[in-house]
Amino acid sequence: MSELDNFDVVIGLEIHAELKTKTKVFCSCKNEFGALPNTNTCPVCTGMPGALPVLNRHAVCLAIKAGLCFGCEISPYSVFERKNYFYPDLSKAYQISQLVYPLCIGGGVTLDNGKKVRLNRIHLEEDAGKLTHISHAGGTLVDYNRGGTPLIEMVTEPDISSAEEAVEFLRRVREALVFEDIANCKMEEGGMRCDVNLSLRPKGTTTFGTRTEMKNLNSFKSVERAINFEARRQAEVISNGGVIVQETRKWDDDRGESFAMRSKEQAQDYRYFPDPDLLPIEVTKEDVSNIKDEMVELPADRRTRYVEEFGLPQYDANILTSTKYISTYFEKCVEFYNAPKKISNWIMVDLLKLVKEQEEIVFPLSEQHLAQIVKMVEEKVINKTVGLQLLDEVIKTHKSPEVLAKEMNLLVTISDEQIIELLNKLKNENAKVAADYKVAPDKVTGFIMGYVMKNTGGKANSAKVRELISKVF
Amino acid sequence: MDFSKLSLIEIRDGIANGKFTSEEVVRFFIAKCEEKKSLNAVIEIFYDAVDRAKEIDNKIKNHEKVGVLAGVPIAIKDNILYKGKKMGCASKFLQNFVASYTSTVVEKLLSEDAVILGRTNMDEFAMGSSCENTCYGVCHNAIDPDYVAGGSSGGSAAAVAAGLVPCALGTDTGGSIRQPASLNGVVGLKPTYGTVSRYGIVAFASSLDQASPICKTVEDCQLVLKVIAGKDIHDSTTIDNKLISVHKSKYTLGICRQVMQEAKSTQGGEEFYKLIQKLGDIFDIVQVDIPHIQNSLACYYIIAPAEATSNLARFDGVKYTVRSENAKDLESVYVQSRSEGFGREVKRRIMLGNYVLSSGYFDAYYNKAKRVQKLIKREFTEAFSHCDCILMPTTAGTTFKIGEKLADPIAMYKEDLFTVPANIVGVPAISVPYAKIGKFPLGAQLYADDLNEDVMFEVAKIVEKVGGVK
Repeated sequence: MSELDNFDVVIGLEIHAELKTKTKVFCSCKNEFGALPNTNTCPVCTGMPGALPVLNRHAVCLAIKAGLCFGCEISPYSVFERKNYFYPDLSKAYQISQLVYPLCIGGGVTLDNGKKVRLNRIHLEEDAGKLTHISHAGGTLVDYNRGGTPLIEMVTEPDISSAEEAVEFLRRVREALVFEDIANCKMEEGGMRCDVNLSLRPKGTTTFGTRTEMKNLNSFKSVERAINFEARRQAEVISNGGVIVQETRKWDDDRGESFAMRSKEQAQDYRYFPDPDLLPIEVTKEDVSNIKDEMVELPADRRTRYVEEFGLPQYDANILTSTKYISTYFEKCVEFYNAPKKISNWIMVDLLKLVKEQEEIVFPLSEQHLAQIVKMVEEKVINKTVGLQLLDEVIKTHKSPEVLAKEMNLLVTISDEQIIELLNKLKNENAKVAADYKVAPDKVTGFIMGYVMKNTGGKANSAKVRELISKVF
Repeated sequence: MDFSKLSLIEIRDGIANGKFTSEEVVRFFIAKCEEKKSLNAVIEIFYDAVDRAKEIDNKIKNHEKVGVLAGVPIAIKDNILYKGKKMGCASKFLQNFVASYTSTVVEKLLSEDAVILGRTNMDEFAMGSSCENTCYGVCHNAIDPDYVAGGSSGGSAAAVAAGLVPCALGTDTGGSIRQPASLNGVVGLKPTYGTVSRYGIVAFASSLDQASPICKTVEDCQLVLKVIAGKDIHDSTTIDNKLISVHKSKYTLGICRQVMQEAKSTQGGEEFYKLIQKLGDIFDIVQVDIPHIQNSLACYYIIAPAEATSNLARFDGVKYTVRSENAKDLESVYVQSRSEGFGREVKRRIMLGNYVLSSGYFDAYYNKAKRVQKLIKREFTEAFSHCDCILMPTTAGTTFKIGEKLADPIAMYKEDLFTVPANIVGVPAISVPYAKIGKFPLGAQLYADDLNEDVMFEVAKIVEKVGGVK
């Protein structure tokens, strides 16, 4: 038993995600990753004297979309404030952010265990530049390309109680933001970042303990490890009679531990005040409803629908909604051929393995072609093995499955005469079947059908067989 | 020809009618600036102005369409950016700074074919009322060099008054155009907040700053304002001020009871009373109340330093400002560079601003000041429902001796007593010379309601005539 067993873990997250706008949030410089240093810059984002910010409305739309994803209330009136602090990556020595009047208020995410993780807010702000420390030259280089790119900051209430919940929450957030084209959330590029606030309290109590904040968590794995490390560390400190100091800690992923950066006393006073260069953001009900109209159905809603409407297992629903592309692909296939579970099987078993190496999944054949193949198999025009051959060929040639099947001679080639011959054989050999058919044809048709299929390698046309059964018997 | 005796419009018309060329005019004023270098008003002459003047002369000769300021030289305050030219805010911290882009106001002047003649002295980062806080050396009053030019746009006012240029742009955050205009006997304007774009002008207090002209006449100011005004995509706080001119047969002039109480004991009080009497024959005069107008100064010295603290934080020794030679690490880059780079008055205001914004004091100072600001605004709106313009002194008295108020910041801050309310409530105001005490001029101000520059100009032209000081 570890010391941690005596405590409840209380976690709140702060998530930053870079918005997918073409240009920066307060100037018209390109918002792109990986350009040559200081090429996507202008007087505004380099903080030249006299330069003024001008709000990019698209960034506001995306932030509102994010709010709508998580059921936030969209504030009709929100205000940009200046967060003042000195650091070389911050060209103006203040970050334009929101404090008292954020754009989105409340909302939350319901986890699989039924727990709702409440959001306090989502606000819009600008990112800082990037510093590169050159140790051999003893200097630091500043790149302002990232400076002024739009970010949303999502702040949760302290509703999370384990690393698993935290990671599930983050996955759900990322999934929705990517699904709605709000953000790329590429954690390795800094497109999504997470800070963890964590405290402990004795099991069964309700008063919050002193919390620490952990920064620099750039993968789900490090979030998980950092939470587990910090919970254990705090439990040990408390159990040994120590006290937790309110501080900011930096997670070192290589060493698998965090260390103190600065205490509460050393914390900066950001001297927030409303930015006089920017007007308050005003959002009407109509704006919100227009933005809502642009949005696609959220992955969580789709999952529910797939289970309830299509009768898919939860497992299928989860995989099919893992990206917007797969989900849209699946639904289009179903439009062409209404057999959701069959389509799902083909996508999950046969298609996904073809593209598992791809960074961004794109299936190599059209929805219509896949639907046709599935249909041909289901209608027993071909069997599954032949269907897979056909799949390969469609991918290679991009020809229609029906055309290809003919060309390749894959279609059922059993003649009526052959079927009649088989049926007569059965009738002669199995008098009981013939007798039963006279009394209750429905009861034995399946058996007769099976017999024909077995003896034709599945290549007989089932509708034709049915027709001939009634003739022969 | 002595162009320094002519107004901007007279010069403009002379060039347009072929009486003289822009080149002649520009060369004349360059010579004037060189001759009166000791005044320290124009701190850099842009000699390429002559080339530009020639271009414009050619345009006129070829009967090409030219702008409404064709060939007219205009100087700009040292906090306004003009691409390729140095810009220093009179601070040694920015001594090597060259503008990488052009401000909207200069773009607009250039697009009407004006010629930018040079840059003018100011109080460092526009903080001051005497033009003594400057790395270029104190700017002298145009009438007597032992006296201050006022500030912060002291260089612009002294340059126009001394005939070095027919017009100079200044910036006015709490009276920085109107006070030096008053002390030098020229006309200084501050338009409705948002009328003129702030893009490319170094911010002091963003919610109060407006750039505007200092000229010899009200009419000149009116013309230049029309050129530089307008909604700007680079400045979200700009508005579409139509500046439509109106003429009424009779205007109502408000006299503010609370201002009169302050003014009566001042050096200029007596002259101001005489002015009201003279104007009583021309205007309907009514008394108005703005009960909290005196609190404007207190609001100003909270809001302006708060914004300035943040606006000036970008001058950090990391990028374009001078980095201290004593800097060893990141913290000392900031601390040493800023300690050495900024002057006393700037540091005083940065500290003041940080104090009022710091946690625990923010509500008591900043938020309260913003509430009082709203209250005063309501009182002004009410007052303007009874009159077209409010008349008040620009300054308590005439100019003062260099060094006289340097040791007493509060006395210096009180220089802004009658000018600050216009910035606090955002309304337009103009200072017009109307009297002299001894040889020193004195200005009176007209305040008008938001966007009512038109009425203000018409009334100001009458006051200008009645005052008879040019």
